[in-house]
Amino acid sequence: MARLTLKVNGASREVESDDPDIPLLYVLRGDLGLTGTHFGCGLAQCGACTVLVDGRAIRSCIAPAQSVAGGQEVVTIEGLGSPERPDALQAAFIAEQAAQCGYCTAGMVMSARALLVQTPRPSEQQVREALAGNLCRCGSHARVIRAVLRAAAPPAGR
Amino acid sequence: MTARVSRRSFLTTGLVAGGVLIVGLGLDPRRRAGAQSIPGADRFLGKSLAPDAVDSMIAVQRDGSVTIFVGRVDLGTGSRIAMRQIVGEELDVPLERIAMIEGDTALTPNQGGTGGSYGVVRGGVQLRRAAATARQALVGMAAQHLGRPAADLDVVDGVVRARDGSGSVTYGELIGDRAFNLKVDPVAPLKPHDRFRFIGRSLPRPDVPEKVTGHHRYLQDLVLPTMLHARVIRPPALGATLVSVDESSIAGLGGARVVRVQRFLAVVADREWDALRAAGAIKTRWSAGPGLPDHAREFDLMRTGRIERDQEVAKRGDLAALSAPPGGTRTLAASYRWPMQTHGSIGPSCGVADVRADRVTVWSASQNVHGLQNTFARMLGVARDRVRVIYMDGAGSYGANGADDAAAEAVLISKAVGRPVRVQWSRQEEHGLDPKGPAQLLDLRASVDKDGEIAAWETQAWLPIATANLPNIPLLSLDAAGIPQTPGRATGLIYQNIDPPYAMPNLSAVVHWVADAPLRTSPLRAPGKIANTFAVESFTDEIAALARMDPLEFRLRRLSNPRGIEVLKRVATRMGWQPRPSPGPVNRAAAVLTGRGLAYVHYKHEETIVAMGMEVAVERATGRIRVTRVVAAQDCGLMINPDCVQAQLEGNILQTISRTLHEEIVYDRDRVTTVDWSSYPILTFPEVPTLEFELIQRLDQPPLGAGEAASTPVPAALSNAVFDATGVRLRTVPFRPDRVKAALSGRP
Repeated sequence: MARLTLKVNGASREVESDDPDIPLLYVLRGDLGLTGTHFGCGLAQCGACTVLVDGRAIRSCIAPAQSVAGGQEVVTIEGLGSPERPDALQAAFIAEQAAQCGYCTAGMVMSARALLVQTPRPSEQQVREALAGNLCRCGSHARVIRAVLRAAAPPAGR
Repeated sequence: MTARVSRRSFLTTGLVAGGVLIVGLGLDPRRRAGAQSIPGADRFLGKSLAPDAVDSMIAVQRDGSVTIFVGRVDLGTGSRIAMRQIVGEELDVPLERIAMIEGDTALTPNQGGTGGSYGVVRGGVQLRRAAATARQALVGMAAQHLGRPAADLDVVDGVVRARDGSGSVTYGELIGDRAFNLKVDPVAPLKPHDRFRFIGRSLPRPDVPEKVTGHHRYLQDLVLPTMLHARVIRPPALGATLVSVDESSIAGLGGARVVRVQRFLAVVADREWDALRAAGAIKTRWSAGPGLPDHAREFDLMRTGRIERDQEVAKRGDLAALSAPPGGTRTLAASYRWPMQTHGSIGPSCGVADVRADRVTVWSASQNVHGLQNTFARMLGVARDRVRVIYMDGAGSYGANGADDAAAEAVLISKAVGRPVRVQWSRQEEHGLDPKGPAQLLDLRASVDKDGEIAAWETQAWLPIATANLPNIPLLSLDAAGIPQTPGRATGLIYQNIDPPYAMPNLSAVVHWVADAPLRTSPLRAPGKIANTFAVESFTDEIAALARMDPLEFRLRRLSNPRGIEVLKRVATRMGWQPRPSPGPVNRAAAVLTGRGLAYVHYKHEETIVAMGMEVAVERATGRIRVTRVVAAQDCGLMINPDCVQAQLEGNILQTISRTLHEEIVYDRDRVTTVDWSSYPILTFPEVPTLEFELIQRLDQPPLGAGEAASTPVPAALSNAVFDATGVRLRTVPFRPDRVKAALSGRP
């Protein structure tokens, strides 16, 4: 039984697994109860499981948990804001009503967060490219693009 | 903190009591409002479920808050706000005081499955009548209580007041926690639209804040005490049966074990990853499958296959102008092909079941919880009232994805192991095994006289037949488990809109119902009508092109419905439509060809009306099509929440562009081979066009439905725009680059 120490949403968390290859997704959802990160394909093709590791978007369905157990900062959707206190990006998604079923949404928020860390004022084309690996079936794309651009725009009056 | 501790603390906040998930007691009401169930919902057990009873839909609590019970569920479509708007309007209660319970067979009336764009049209209208009945009753009670005639009373935010200020009484005081014992009054007065406070406003949905913060609880996230995680072991070929299983092959994998119900096989484990590992490691032997037909000959096999019967969908005049065309008439014939497609839900299906000796509880993202209740009662041989099916959100579905099958599998396994069980499908299972939107084949013929009039039109459609009056929902794993079910198939009403909406003297539209289909079928958004409208509206364009007429003018001249004419004109104005025949002047030297097209639909000939214009760019070298702009005008009658209607339009358009450009299920002789997003690609962010809308609000009209109609004109508008750009007509979906490139170079 291997013991892994993960730093998730700013807190140190210990988990046990007898499989060194257990993907981060199953640790987040099953062991840590962080179910905002979703399983979509297990193939790194859809982006529903996207989380941040040291600020970069990764697919937690294929990333072994042990690959991020060396002190890296893991941030999941729960690490941003809450329904009562959404962060600026999430508030922009709410303002644009940028979700239908919402199953893919957390992954999009995380991909967009990674983009905005690197590129605080992205062009629309950059937003589209940054989200190219996040699939949506309900067709919320146009609202998601608007939400990310809204979050990146300087607040009115400044 | 260790994992065990944190897991336990998670369980204590995700308590399950009496079958209802209790999430976040003590949270503010805004959050609670987003959940599919509400804390303490079980206090309503035993309430009326009669479809015509006010109590089956509405309860007023002592504190004046209102609970509504809705059989048709919110699939991300916005009915969680729309239903509140309807009830808040008729009762005059602030929306934040309205809680909603949806899709729970023990608590909500059976309003039929969620589909057909009928959430608001039927479920919402029933609810509106119930609320109007309740209001009438409450005002009557208040009149007695206050000793004033009802005509002298007003309702403001759930308080009935005498207009002269002499007294008031709250709804809670009048009825709190007691039953109305009233039938819905079909003529209870509805609030006139000039007094609407909530209906017609784009109010935000209550579930969005939870969804964008990862706090929304999906079915896939449900954890029950002692619950086991399960994976079903699938045969390597569809229809193959289990010969043997080597149980030692999964020894030592976190305590995973084999569950076998006759020839149905699964593995279970306490931890999900261990179940998944075991499913990968297990050694099994299977018989050969019966074999699938040749995919390359899919449409030929439909044409030559056994026909169950023919159905005449429309008939006017005769087809003499086709069989013996008079002088000066030209005839035209074309075949249109639509491939089999998957729902493509982003989250693979899941089902959770707790089968006990005295009761069965199932949590499912099914669009038909009441249908599942019946099916599971038959399947288990128990009384229907012992089975409770509770809807929880899954990933978007659009018809009937694998949710029903996964729920049935959870039931089978839970019964076998005596513990709650969660079945989670893989991506490969969802693409490979969800029941599919069927392939469709349509042959069209027309004759056009020298003035460009349509002298005769014929549609012949080959469509897989649905089984009428099935007592059960056809489910994937029951045969292997040795549980009888009436064999059959669901497809939805896939024959509608095979006939054109335009004036013409002679018309025949016939469906040849094909007895067999290579894979299981199901209704998939706007069942059948996307392919049918693709054929009819593309062929209409072909006729207009033959007559050298502008495609817009050609349609307008043959329409008399003023609401239809209005949507077409609105699209034309918004697009800056230049009247001219298609194709436009094609520059043979250009690397990128551009064009515009449009299509029109009157959904089912009696519901929502949509006109859609598109602009496309076609890369000659690659055959790649880019949709650059979509303009849609829609008249769906009364819009309860225009922004939710627009979101449905966006979804209809983008999902159907995806289906038109990219999507086709392919199978070999054993199974589906397009089982992931690389072999079955869908639309991505860089491809999303500019979307523009003209939504026509009709406050004085009934709602007509928004969930499906706008998907139907998409492929024809796209195909017509490609024709306008290139002079090449695409009649087989998907319009993949290799196919388009071949068409551009004149190859078949």
